[in-house]
Amino acid sequence: MLKSLRGRIIFIAVILGICGYYIYANGLKLGLDLQGGMHLVVEIDDPDGTLTDEARADAIDRAETVLRTRIDELGVEEPLIQKVGSDRIIVELAGISDENQAKDVIRRAAFLEFKLVRSWVDFAPDLPRIDRVIVATLGADSLSSLGRDVQAPTSSIEELLFGAASEEGDSAAAAEGGAEAEADAAVGPEVGQVAQDEAAEADAEEDDASVLSPFTALLNQGSEDGVYLVSEEDVEAAELFLSIPEVQRAMPRDISLQWGMDPVALTGRIYRQLYVLNEDAFITGQMLENAVSARDQQFNTPQVQFELSRRGGRRFAEVTGQNVGEFLAIVLDGEVVSAPVIRDRIGARGQIELGGSTLQEASDLALVLRAGALPAPLRIMEERTVGPSLGQDSVDQGRVAGMIGLVLVVLIMCTYYRVAGILSVFALGVYVVLVLGGLAMFGATLTVPGIAGLILSVGMAVDANVLIFERIREELDAGRAVRTAVEDGFGNALSAIVDANLTTLITALILFQFGTGPVRGFAVTLSIGILASFFTALYVTRSFFFMYLSRKRATDPISI
Amino acid sequence: MRLFGNARYRFIEARRKAYVFSALVLAVALASMVVNIVAIGSWQNYGVDFTGGSLVQVRFDETMDAAELRSALGGAQAPPITSIGNEGNEFVIRAPLAEDREVEAVALEIRGQIQGAFPNSDIEVVRTELVGPKIGAELQQKAALAILFSFALTLVYLAIRFEFRFGVAAVIATVHDSLITLGFLALFRVEIALPTVAAILTIIGYSLNDTIVVFDRVRENLNAKGGRREDPVALVNRSINETLPRTVLTSGTTLGVLMALLIFGGAVIRDFTTVLILGVMVGTYSSIFVASPALLEIQRRWGSKDLVEAQRGGSRGPVGRTPPPGRPRKRKKRGRKGRRVAGARA
Repeated sequence: MLKSLRGRIIFIAVILGICGYYIYANGLKLGLDLQGGMHLVVEIDDPDGTLTDEARADAIDRAETVLRTRIDELGVEEPLIQKVGSDRIIVELAGISDENQAKDVIRRAAFLEFKLVRSWVDFAPDLPRIDRVIVATLGADSLSSLGRDVQAPTSSIEELLFGAASEEGDSAAAAEGGAEAEADAAVGPEVGQVAQDEAAEADAEEDDASVLSPFTALLNQGSEDGVYLVSEEDVEAAELFLSIPEVQRAMPRDISLQWGMDPVALTGRIYRQLYVLNEDAFITGQMLENAVSARDQQFNTPQVQFELSRRGGRRFAEVTGQNVGEFLAIVLDGEVVSAPVIRDRIGARGQIELGGSTLQEASDLALVLRAGALPAPLRIMEERTVGPSLGQDSVDQGRVAGMIGLVLVVLIMCTYYRVAGILSVFALGVYVVLVLGGLAMFGATLTVPGIAGLILSVGMAVDANVLIFERIREELDAGRAVRTAVEDGFGNALSAIVDANLTTLITALILFQFGTGPVRGFAVTLSIGILASFFTALYVTRSFFFMYLSRKRATDPISI
Repeated sequence: MRLFGNARYRFIEARRKAYVFSALVLAVALASMVVNIVAIGSWQNYGVDFTGGSLVQVRFDETMDAAELRSALGGAQAPPITSIGNEGNEFVIRAPLAEDREVEAVALEIRGQIQGAFPNSDIEVVRTELVGPKIGAELQQKAALAILFSFALTLVYLAIRFEFRFGVAAVIATVHDSLITLGFLALFRVEIALPTVAAILTIIGYSLNDTIVVFDRVRENLNAKGGRREDPVALVNRSINETLPRTVLTSGTTLGVLMALLIFGGAVIRDFTTVLILGVMVGTYSSIFVASPALLEIQRRWGSKDLVEAQRGGSRGPVGRTPPPGRPRKRKKRGRKGRRVAGARA
C-alpha cells in the first residue's frame, strides 16, 4: 500500500506540475466581458439574395482570409476570427482602444478601381430617356407625392441664389427676389456657373419640371466636366431613382454614375458629387502590389502611395499616356475618392490624395488595400463591446466573490468533517489548479458566466467529497473497521458520483453545441470542472486519505 | 458534527401536501406567462440577445437621476432605461432594432443622443450590445432545442443506467423545476439573456444531480438483500433519509457560494445568480417531493415486476394495479439488465 501510495503522490505531483506549466506558459485568457473588447458577427451583405450558396460559401472563405490579414496588420493581440456555419464570421478583438476604427477596417470591402471620367456631353443625351423611364415606372402621382424630395431642387436654387447674394453683402438684391439675384449673382466662377445653368433650367421648365424630368431636376452641373452636383437633401431621391431596375437598363451601356465619397460645400450648401464614369475600370485593386500611407510633401495632407504590379503598371502607363488632360477617378467601394487630372503618363507608382482625412485614416486605407479586397461587402449582424473599466470591475468582483465562496466552503468542510474535511480542502486545492491548468491547456477563455460555471463545478467537487464522506461514516456506523470503511465508502459513492457528473457533463456538452460566445465559455469551464472534480474525488481525495491512514495504526479511529 | 444523522422523516407520506404546493406554484408560474403574453406580447421578457435590438450601458462621473436621463432621451418616447449598480451613475438603455436597420446606425444614434443631452458630464459607454433580428430569432430556437435535447439525452442515459421509470421520474422533476424557474422569470419579468439560458440549463443539471443521488440510493437499497420485498414507500423514504445529510450539506454549501456571488459578484451576473439560487432550492425540493413520489406513482400505475414481487412478499403499501397485458415481459428484461449493472458495481 505504501508503494502504491508513493506512486499516487508522484502521479498527482506530475499532473500538478503539468497544469502549473500550462498556467505559467499560456496564462489564462480572459473573455471580452472581463478584459474589455469587441465581439462582432458579420455576414456577407446580400440583401437581394442574388448569391448562390456556393458563391456565398466561397465569398465567406475568402473574406475570412482577408479579415485575418487585415486584423493581423491592425496589431490586435490574439484576435479570434472564426467562420461559423457557411455564411458568418465571428471576430473577437480583445482590449482594442478604438472600436470604430476596427469596425471600419473590418467592414471596408476595399475594392479599388481606376476609371476615366467622361464628359457631360456623353451622358446628357440619355437624360430625357432616363427621366421618361422614371416617370413611367413610378408614375407622375407617386412622384408628386414624393413632394419635398422632388420639389427640393427648385427651392434649393433659390436659396442658393439668395445665399450667394447675401454672402456678397448685397442684401438689397436678396430682398428684391429671384430674378434680380440671378442677374447679380456675381459670385465665384464655380458657383456662378451652377447658379446660372440651374436657374436657366428652372426658368425654362417652370414648376412641373421636377415631375416631368425628375432626375435631371436634381442634377446641377459643377465646374468640372463630368461631375454633377446633387444637393444633400436630394441624394436620397436620386439614389432611389438610380436603384430602379428599369433605370439601370436605360443607362448608356458604357457609362456608370458613381457618387463622390465626401460631400462638398459650396456657398453654404452641401452637395454630393455624382460622377459620369467609364463603366469599365482599367485598373483594379488586384493589380496592386503595395500601399503605404504618407504625407504630401507640399501640402502636408495625408495620402496613400501605391505600387502596381508589372502588368498593372504597363496598363496604367498606357492609359494615362493616351488620356493626358483627362480626369482619372479613383473609386473605392463604389465611391469616388478623388478625380485628379492626368498631367502626364504615370507608371507603376501613384498616389491617392485624401484631402480632408487624418493620417490615421490614410494608414487604415493603405492597410485594407494591402490586405486585399473583400469578395463582397460585409454586414454587421451582432456587435458587443465591453469597456475595459467594466471588465476590470467584473474581474475584481468575481475575484472577491470567488474568494469568499471558497473560504465558506473551506469553513463548512473543516467544521463538518474535521481532519477528513481538511483532506478534502487540500484535494479542492488540487482541483482548482487542475481546472485552471485545463483552461490554460485548451486555451479556453474565462467569461463572467464562465466564473459562475467554475463556482458551480466547485460545488460539484464538494458534493463528490460529501458523498464519499457520508458513505464512510455510514460504514463506520455499521461497525466496519476503519480501512474497510474507507474502501467501501469510496466504492459505494462511486455510482452516484459517476451518474451525477455524467448527466451534468451531458448538459454542458449540449450547451457547448448550441451556445455561442459567453455561453460556450460557460460550457467549457463547466466541462473541464466536472472532469477535474471527477478525478479529484476519486483519485486525489482517496490518495490523501491513504496518506492519512498510513500514519495511523489500523485500530486508531479516524476523524471524520 | 452531524446533521440529520438518523433522520426518519416520512417524506412520501407528505406527498399530497407537496402536490398541492407544487400545483399552486406551477399555476402561478403559468398564469404569469399568460399575463405576460397579454401584457407585453411575449411569455418571457426576452432581452436584446433574443429579440434583436440594442443595449447601451453608460456610466456617468456623477450620480444621475433616471428621470432626467429619460427626459433627455425623448421623455415618453424614450427607450427603456434601467439603473444598475448601487451608485446611481450607471444605466442600461435598450432600444428595439427596426427592421432592415443597420446595427451600427442604432449604436451611433444612441451614443450621439446621450452625448448631446449631457455635453458637460463625463460619460463613459462601458458596454454596448447590438443583435440583428435574424440572430435573435435563431438564438430562441437554439435555446429551446438545447433544453429539449438535454431532456432527451438524460432520459436515455438514465434509462440505460437505471431503469426507464427512473428516467421518467427524473425528467418529470426536471420539467417541474424548469417550469417553476421560467414562471419565476416571467413573474418578475427578468430579462432573458444568453446567460439566463445557461442558468436554466445549469438548474436542469443541478436538479438532475440531486435527483440522481437519491435515486442511486433507491436503486442500491432495491438491489440489496431483501430490498425487493420491502414496502416501496418505506424503501424510498429510507433512501431519502439516508441521503439527507449529503443533500443538506451540498445544497447549503452551493447556496452559500451563490449568495457570495449574489452579494459581491456585481451587477452583470446578478440575474444569473438569482436564477441559480432559486434553481438550487427548487431542485433540492423536487428531488425529495416530486421525483421520489413520481417514481412510486409510476410504479403504482404502470406497475413493474418489482412491485408485483413486493406485494407477493406480503408487504403493505400503495396498491399496484395489475400490469396491462404485454407490458410485463418488456419491463422484466429492462429490470434485469438494470440490476446486473448495479450488481456488478456493488
